[in-house]
Amino acid sequence: MNKDLDKHWLVRAKTIKTLWLCFIAILLLTLTSELFVHKHEYFGIDGSFGFSAWYGFITCVAMVVVAKLLGAFLKRGEDYYDD
Amino acid sequence: MIELPPGWIIIAGAFILPLTRGPLRHLAMLALPLLALTMIWTMPADAQWHIPFLDYQLTLLEFSAVGKVFATVFALMTLVGGIFAMRTASTLELSAAFLYAGSAIGITSCGDLITLFIYWEMMALGSTAVILAAGTASAYRASMRYLIMHAFGGCVLLTGIVWHLYSTGSNDFTQLALQGPAQWLILIGFLVNVGAPPFSAWIADAYPEASPSGAVFLSAFTTKTAVFTLLVAFPGTGILIPIGCFMIFYGIIYALLENDARRILAYSIVNQVGFMVTGIGIGTEMALNGAAAHAFAHIVYKALLLMSAGAVLYQTGKRRCTELGGLYQSMPLTTLCGTIGALAISSFPFTSGFISKSMISQSAAYEHLTWVWFLLAAASAGVFLHAGIKYPWFVFFQKDSGLRPSDPPKNMQLAMVLFAFVCIALGIFPQPLYEMLPYPVDYEPYTADHLVTQFQLLLFAGLAFFVLLPMMKRTETISLDLDWFYRKLFPACYRQIERISGLVYGTCQHFISSTVTALLQAQYDQEQQQPKGYFARLWPTETMVLWVVVILAGYLLISYV
Repeated sequence: MNKDLDKHWLVRAKTIKTLWLCFIAILLLTLTSELFVHKHEYFGIDGSFGFSAWYGFITCVAMVVVAKLLGAFLKRGEDYYDD
Repeated sequence: MIELPPGWIIIAGAFILPLTRGPLRHLAMLALPLLALTMIWTMPADAQWHIPFLDYQLTLLEFSAVGKVFATVFALMTLVGGIFAMRTASTLELSAAFLYAGSAIGITSCGDLITLFIYWEMMALGSTAVILAAGTASAYRASMRYLIMHAFGGCVLLTGIVWHLYSTGSNDFTQLALQGPAQWLILIGFLVNVGAPPFSAWIADAYPEASPSGAVFLSAFTTKTAVFTLLVAFPGTGILIPIGCFMIFYGIIYALLENDARRILAYSIVNQVGFMVTGIGIGTEMALNGAAAHAFAHIVYKALLLMSAGAVLYQTGKRRCTELGGLYQSMPLTTLCGTIGALAISSFPFTSGFISKSMISQSAAYEHLTWVWFLLAAASAGVFLHAGIKYPWFVFFQKDSGLRPSDPPKNMQLAMVLFAFVCIALGIFPQPLYEMLPYPVDYEPYTADHLVTQFQLLLFAGLAFFVLLPMMKRTETISLDLDWFYRKLFPACYRQIERISGLVYGTCQHFISSTVTALLQAQYDQEQQQPKGYFARLWPTETMVLWVVVILAGYLLISYV
């Protein structure tokens, strides 16, 4: 615990826990606030509840996974081009 | 009174700066861009300057509304980039940067393709010198690859322009119909500079090798000048939509794989320019406005991001994410400015990206371009992922690297604060930018609907980042790209050809010399220690007499013939 107190306040375990809680609260807030606004829909599905939230999350996961898979083929050591 | 092109003021600076020193140079670096800015804004709308050249008329000065937008942000960039570079950049770098920036401004105010091409090549030379000015061996090699790529693009462009002049007789730099190979070649010439596939790799190859301030200049001009030329010459060209979308995702994926902080930002240039190219491809008034506004906003926040990365590099000498982290403790101002830049690139509400990028995706919605809109929405989330969080997280936060550098020199701080201010000011008060745009703007970014959906998109993308953090662990690697062909395959082929031709040459040489030697050996009697041939056994004088007889006999014969 003392070791934790030596750290900058921002990276202490307690702060990080608080930050996560705040973050989750804000996420819920963005979802609930959708109930009070009128959404324009252009393509049908984009008008469904929480579309931006799940679409943003899922596409990001997809992009990270695709990057990871491509990385298996594309990654090389930093000195790859040094002759 | 003849109105001079404002770019010439900056180009003149390229020759003035090496002659000045100390405070006088600092003064010139501030005064010249300010003078250029004033000229851009006080120029009468009908100001024109034509000069005859061969059979053509060159239009050295002709400002369109969209040209003014780009000229303004280029001049602003020269000013603030100059402030950032003021104390640390070499004379070569500053001079080259002014030549580069002045030529870019020149393109925004020229009205014909011949003048455009001359500025285009001056930009290539200026930018190469900016990279070269870093002075390292890797910068030298990167600058030569960069120069070859741009020389190639320039050749394609020149071929297109000459062909276009020959077939249409017009050298006007206006909208061009894609009616034949000439216009396609011009389009390809522009696309090389915009970083379109398969020519995307040069950006992430060259820019990160420049000095801390050099990369700031480089990020602004080449790609955005190409965006400007596409905007003028090829608005509404359908092929640009898939090209732009490819660039967007290329940038995201490669930035996700990257470890070098400045290379992450270089990949995200391709990503952001992809948004602009897509907007130009959509081609409605709103989309073109969006592309121009996004270019303006992008130059500012990208320069800000590269300034913060440059400040870190300048203070620590490090640019790999694996070596950085925890810098927020000792570089609070750089962290703040870098984070503002990261929020702006992610189109976070109340920053400049929010009011510009949304015009492009909104125009896709209005045109019912379904897949484009869905791709752009995913890409917006992806930008937050790869640049918005990844860059500040790995550089300024994450694990503590133990490094405790202080904030950079005052001039660098001032430049960052100025651009951070512009990012937020444009986000809150978009009207001045909207009024500069080429078409009237009928768009309100701050609706409850837009705010809620954007917050959802970005914050859940952020959630994805932190949930997947174990998968994002940095590795000390680079990623293969199409530059593999000219950095690895072509040199390897060349070495193979060299080896094989060397082998063939060696074999032939050996064969010939051994045959000749064997032939000579056969004519020598080893036991008698003398040649076997008849003549060789004679005295030299005897041989000589024999040949004289032969020659005289020849004479005799010829005189009778």
